Amino acid sequence: MTALQAEILVAGRAGHGPALVLDEPISFWGGVDPKTGRIADVRHPQHGQSIAGKVLFLPGTIGSSSASAVLLELVRNGHAPAALVMHEPDAILLLGLIVAKEMGWETPVAVRLDRSKFAPFRGSSPTVATDGSISEPVPGSPSAGRATVV
Amino acid sequence: MASGERGEGAAMAMRIVARTAELLGAPRLIPIASAHIDGALYHGDSGTLFAEKLVEGRAKVAVHATLNVGALDLTGCSRDRLPPHEREMARRMMEAYRTLGCEPSWTCAPYQAGHRPAQGTDVAWGESNAVVFCNSVLGARTNRYGDFLDIACAIAGHAPDYGLHRPENRRARFVFDVSALAPSFLASEIAWPVLGSLYGREAGNDVGVVTGVARHPGEDALKAFGAAAASSGAVGLFHVAGVTPEAPDLSTALGGEEPERMIVVTPEMARAAQLRLSTAGEVDRIDAVAIGSPHLSPREFEDLARLIGGRRLAVPFYACTGRHALAHLDKCGLRRGLEASGVTIVADTCVVVTPIMEEIGGGVLMTNSGKFAHYAPGNTGYAVIYGSLADCVESAVGGRPVLQSLTA
Repeated sequence: MTALQAEILVAGRAGHGPALVLDEPISFWGGVDPKTGRIADVRHPQHGQSIAGKVLFLPGTIGSSSASAVLLELVRNGHAPAALVMHEPDAILLLGLIVAKEMGWETPVAVRLDRSKFAPFRGSSPTVATDGSISEPVPGSPSAGRATVV
Repeated sequence: MASGERGEGAAMAMRIVARTAELLGAPRLIPIASAHIDGALYHGDSGTLFAEKLVEGRAKVAVHATLNVGALDLTGCSRDRLPPHEREMARRMMEAYRTLGCEPSWTCAPYQAGHRPAQGTDVAWGESNAVVFCNSVLGARTNRYGDFLDIACAIAGHAPDYGLHRPENRRARFVFDVSALAPSFLASEIAWPVLGSLYGREAGNDVGVVTGVARHPGEDALKAFGAAAASSGAVGLFHVAGVTPEAPDLSTALGGEEPERMIVVTPEMARAAQLRLSTAGEVDRIDAVAIGSPHLSPREFEDLARLIGGRRLAVPFYACTGRHALAHLDKCGLRRGLEASGVTIVADTCVVVTPIMEEIGGGVLMTNSGKFAHYAPGNTGYAVIYGSLADCVESAVGGRPVLQSLTA
């Protein structure tokens, strides 16, 4: 297994979990239930899935000034993603992690990775290390799941 | 400050501002003259704990800071239906923000409650309609500050230097020409929220300039336009040629350059925008009326009292406002008359951010607010009928929709 190096946006706990590669950008405020981490936006193609405990790949975010409040609430109640992998940094969303650290709560690591590299992670369970390296799924292995089936 | 000479709370605020500036790519921090804090509306316990941690660290705001709505009506004018835990955490949150030194204005229209920064000054304001009014009508400079960053900037007295703080980002990139619309429509009350809603959808987060407006439409009209535009799009600043302070004329608003886009508003576009504000379809009854998003001004209350004319309303009628207007209503005796007609005045909060209206499956709400029309279906479960204030009053008297407002 090789590793992919991503840039650290906000340092935090290493994360391991099933990859959730979002098909479309999401607004955390109104789009994610702050109590459970479930995608609540009925117009989002992955409506109903949960971001809790996932290595969340975000192709983009729809800016809401309350996105940070939703992420902070998820960190506090234990329903945050295991790690955030973002195509581009969204300062207002990441503010939720910055505030959580100030509160003394353990936060998941957030890294930047070009979205063109997201697809192979579908169906795999990657680990994002504290140094920003992401374990790559072995091409063609059963754990590569959807990526090989599609 | 981040090292803690003003206390741990101030140091925490400064670290949050500095770290956010870094993520935004802002080259420096700039001093701010005032703040308007949107962060005191309860969304979950973590927000309350954050505010209380700042209080424990003895933080105080360094600049004049007004508060946007909370989740509770502390004046007792109206009653909410929050469960006990949520109500207690919302109350603690509102208390914490007061202890931090914020003014308990509890309004989304601080600019009509005496908070009017001078043109060209940098401020840190939250609440989308207040941000757009502050930038566009007052000509002060702010980005759209949200939870945590608003209070952190107010305590630090500084904000990241980026976005709308920088003059080069304030010039209009597109023209929104309304000159093809009938003067009678443009002079009507509904024109501004309807056009604001259309403008927001066309603008995204670009700055634009409205042309074809013959005379100043009045501050309440610009308030309604901005609120509707900031609900349907990520609008932080608009100009109106010949009306708003940074647009003495079209060419100045454009910074002397050619517009990147021209949007010529046709009567059909305005009519479609007006129709889109209603979601209820054909109905023969209404269950409630809600007005006051943004919060009603004393002048809007005077219009309301005149239109009701002492008649009894057949359905619940919620009029949302701040303490600044409430004091005026008490002084001039309007409040007693409105309440006798059946108006429920809602202060410090509003019916779209906290559960006050009765829960009715398939309920129909009428409003004259573009912002309520946008958010009420998702937040309250009511379907919406949009009309003028006069339509809202006549419908409330009869308990069924009466729509006589002009269409574009």
